[in-house]
Amino acid sequence: MYALETKSLTLSYGNDPIIDNLSLQIPQGKITVFVGSNGCGKSTLLRSIARLLKPQKGAVLLDGKEITKLRTKEVARNMAVLPQGPIAPEGLTVMQLVKQGRYPYHNLLQHWSKEDEQMVRKALKDTNLEQLVDRPVDSLSGGQRQRAWVAMTLAQGTDILLLDEPTTYLDMAHQIDILDLLFELNEKEQRTIVMVLHDLNLASRYAHHMVAIHNKTIYDQGKPEDIITSEMVRNVFQMECDISVDMLFGTPICIPHGRGRVIKSGRKAMSLI
Amino acid sequence: MNKYLSLRNRSGTVSFLLEKKAIATFLVLVCVFIILFLGGLSVGSTMLHPIEVIKHLFGLGSGEYTFIIETLRLPRMIVASLVGAALGVSGLILQGMIRNPLGSPDIIGITGGASFAAVLFINYFSNTFSIKWLPLAAIAGAGVMSLLIYFLAWKRGVTPVRLVLIGIGMAAAASAMTTMMLVLGDNYATSQAYLWLTGSVYGANWQHVYALLPWVLIFIPLALLFSKTANAQELGDSVASGLGVSVQRHRFGLLLISVALAGAAVAFAGAIGFVGLIAPHIARKLVGRSFGSLLPVTALIGGMIVFLADVVARTAFLPLDLPAGIFVSGIGAPFFIYLLYRNRHQ
Amino acid sequence: MNPLFPHTTSKWLGLALGFCLFAASFVASIAFGQTRIAFGTVVDAFFHYDQHSTEHLIITTTRLSRAVIAAVIGASLAIAGALMQALTRNPLASPSIFGINAGAVFFVVMAITFFSMHSLSQYMWIAFIGAGVSAIMVYMLGSLGRDGLSPIKIVLAGSAITALFVSLTQGLLVVSEQNLQAVLFWLAGSVAGRSLEMLEPVMPFMAAAWGIALLIGRSVNILTSGDDIAKGLGQRTVAVKMLMAVVIVILAGGSVAIGGSIGFIGLIVPHIVRGLVGVDYRWIIPFCAFIGASLLLLSDVAARFIIMPQEVPIGVMTALIGTPFFIYIARRGFNKE
Repeated sequence: MYALETKSLTLSYGNDPIIDNLSLQIPQGKITVFVGSNGCGKSTLLRSIARLLKPQKGAVLLDGKEITKLRTKEVARNMAVLPQGPIAPEGLTVMQLVKQGRYPYHNLLQHWSKEDEQMVRKALKDTNLEQLVDRPVDSLSGGQRQRAWVAMTLAQGTDILLLDEPTTYLDMAHQIDILDLLFELNEKEQRTIVMVLHDLNLASRYAHHMVAIHNKTIYDQGKPEDIITSEMVRNVFQMECDISVDMLFGTPICIPHGRGRVIKSGRKAMSLI
Repeated sequence: MNKYLSLRNRSGTVSFLLEKKAIATFLVLVCVFIILFLGGLSVGSTMLHPIEVIKHLFGLGSGEYTFIIETLRLPRMIVASLVGAALGVSGLILQGMIRNPLGSPDIIGITGGASFAAVLFINYFSNTFSIKWLPLAAIAGAGVMSLLIYFLAWKRGVTPVRLVLIGIGMAAAASAMTTMMLVLGDNYATSQAYLWLTGSVYGANWQHVYALLPWVLIFIPLALLFSKTANAQELGDSVASGLGVSVQRHRFGLLLISVALAGAAVAFAGAIGFVGLIAPHIARKLVGRSFGSLLPVTALIGGMIVFLADVVARTAFLPLDLPAGIFVSGIGAPFFIYLLYRNRHQ
Repeated sequence: MNPLFPHTTSKWLGLALGFCLFAASFVASIAFGQTRIAFGTVVDAFFHYDQHSTEHLIITTTRLSRAVIAAVIGASLAIAGALMQALTRNPLASPSIFGINAGAVFFVVMAITFFSMHSLSQYMWIAFIGAGVSAIMVYMLGSLGRDGLSPIKIVLAGSAITALFVSLTQGLLVVSEQNLQAVLFWLAGSVAGRSLEMLEPVMPFMAAAWGIALLIGRSVNILTSGDDIAKGLGQRTVAVKMLMAVVIVILAGGSVAIGGSIGFIGLIVPHIVRGLVGVDYRWIIPFCAFIGASLLLLSDVAARFIIMPQEVPIGVMTALIGTPFFIYIARRGFNKE
């Protein structure tokens, strides 16, 4: 059984549906990435899976149960969400942020159980933030800040992690930083990760399963090397490109056509592949 | 990790994580509070020696000052402290809820509703009903106004921005209506009403203390129970929801507490403004961002601001006994502006 | 959202209709009141004035001045509101929310308390100054920070300055019942009891401000597309903004000076007008003038009847009409979401 799936999902903010009749199964223990052009609805889809948006029609199922019918805390124990561009209140420290990830496990009298302490420590260790524990989040660099947020979701101790564009506004090094971290977590702990990424090449490097959203529904899904073709990129992104292969990882790389400097030796290097 | 103190009982059914800095600050503030309170009791149109006051409080006094201490000053200062604490916590909750450090009960119209009801009462009902029903009218006014604002802000849920904007609009409307009543009332009613609108604890007695006490003793601890969700909501509705917070329900609960506290405070002291704004800020500078630490500290600071303002009000311009509200606003408004300056990069 | 009068021809038609509305409201304001006067008599009073007729007397003294003042204030506040909304790019902007009223009141109260000024015409100049000071403070306070003037910041800055002046005013009034009574009716806003002579000193400035407002329509259009774009097109944005600010202060300040604290006209009317003619300020300004004047005239008539024989202060009347509208805008959201 799939941990997470959608059945005939229709989503809209007003009268026009953004996602229409979409059925999708999220493979367990793998990294799934939603890709598509701006405004295609990939963030909207993720938000509804995260229970942040109620579907017009259809349902999102968690372990076979309709997500909107479950209690919020129960969902939070199974699924952690990191929305796009989160803002930490001024002066909040890393420790104060990360420990809030334990919210779903608290009750009236229990606010810091042994397990809470262990999970927070582990989250801080995994994200390499132990030295920065008492620093205010807003004083950290972009990459460190994002790691703090990821740490919060890790402390939540869930099998499923949903992240909406976790790499936007980060420079390249920090983008790789976060994606590597998520990749490792998936490898070591088999956490199911579902992300929206806007960079197709990064997506193809890290995704086990890629879902291309277009025209209110799924255009294609599968392993990146199976579904990324010039035709797909033309239809989903309205862009002409050549598909090549990443020299380090062997995953598909999309090289857009258009203008730019042409260096003769470049062409030669390409033809060696 | 060593900034924290972890309390856990053996079976693990009770566990807390406390910030050491917050505990220390709280204890220091309690001491400061006591000292200033004693000072306040000593000062006034008749100056008393603090030692006399202390002796009296322990029952060893000469009985000479019983009237001044027990009938005049003590209830007045207790009411002032309770009012300040209630307003401070109310403001703290609202600032977290609207995610804006400039929130307070006056800005979003709660005090406006109470003021309208109070002035209405003074103009039209003070002949039929005894003035001791005035607090009830004020609380009812605050309650009705808040419900109105909440429902008007509801559109598949209540977002902080909508709450603030509608609150500001309703506050302006309430203010216009209140002004109308000031205009239509007779001279005596008008000055009474205007005095109430400025905020004063003049003439507070023990009955007031007993009436106000339950509100504070119930709702402030209740707010403490909501501290985890208040913290989570500050991270944004999406994050909070992902953490398992029932955002709309908890938001309503917090709003309810905030309104109850502000309504009760305003009912007994008139429309004292700015405490709900300043006290949380001072507290934040001292103990940081965690709601659980902020709450007790805010309550203490709020209480201190109001009773000190009252002490100044009744002493600085002797023989005049001015309303405390002027002095709270007199310090508060410039501070508010300073805050806008400080917060300009948000 | 398409405006009601999309084409230029229809806009001229609309403007003509606006003028008719204004004229009708003007006449209504003269005809209706505690003493009901027939339309015929109103016309007579202007063309065949009869010294011995009480009705003619009422018309040419109290009613006329009241109507003229209401018209002037209504038009001025509406134009000031439209410019303010353009200047701050905030559809919730209006002179009352910006603390102009509170500043004017405070300065008047100070004048009464410390300088014992008691005549209405003296109040005027002081209120004017107070309005200006307040506007400057709010603008500066709301512009602090990296992102400059943002909707919520301006509204909060307005609240702050209003609160400052209100509390200072309270401080002065609570100790003097006499002063409180003196200021009270004016505080609530009124167009009654003022003679046309009062309008005279201020009229040149107001008229000049109207003129400028009509002439800068095109510049305002460019400015509303964004500072950077406007500068790129060669506009001297600072000069335009300052001019707009001066016009706003003269119009809003003058209105407060004569009529006291009248709110919401500057807020509602620009919205109505935008729904009628779209976003071209060359049209918005004249439409605002007619509609604003009509609205205040009609509010004044209503204010006379609701609690006869007493009158509702007009500032309260406009708040009563304006609040539902304000709420509607706040609910709809102004980011065009």
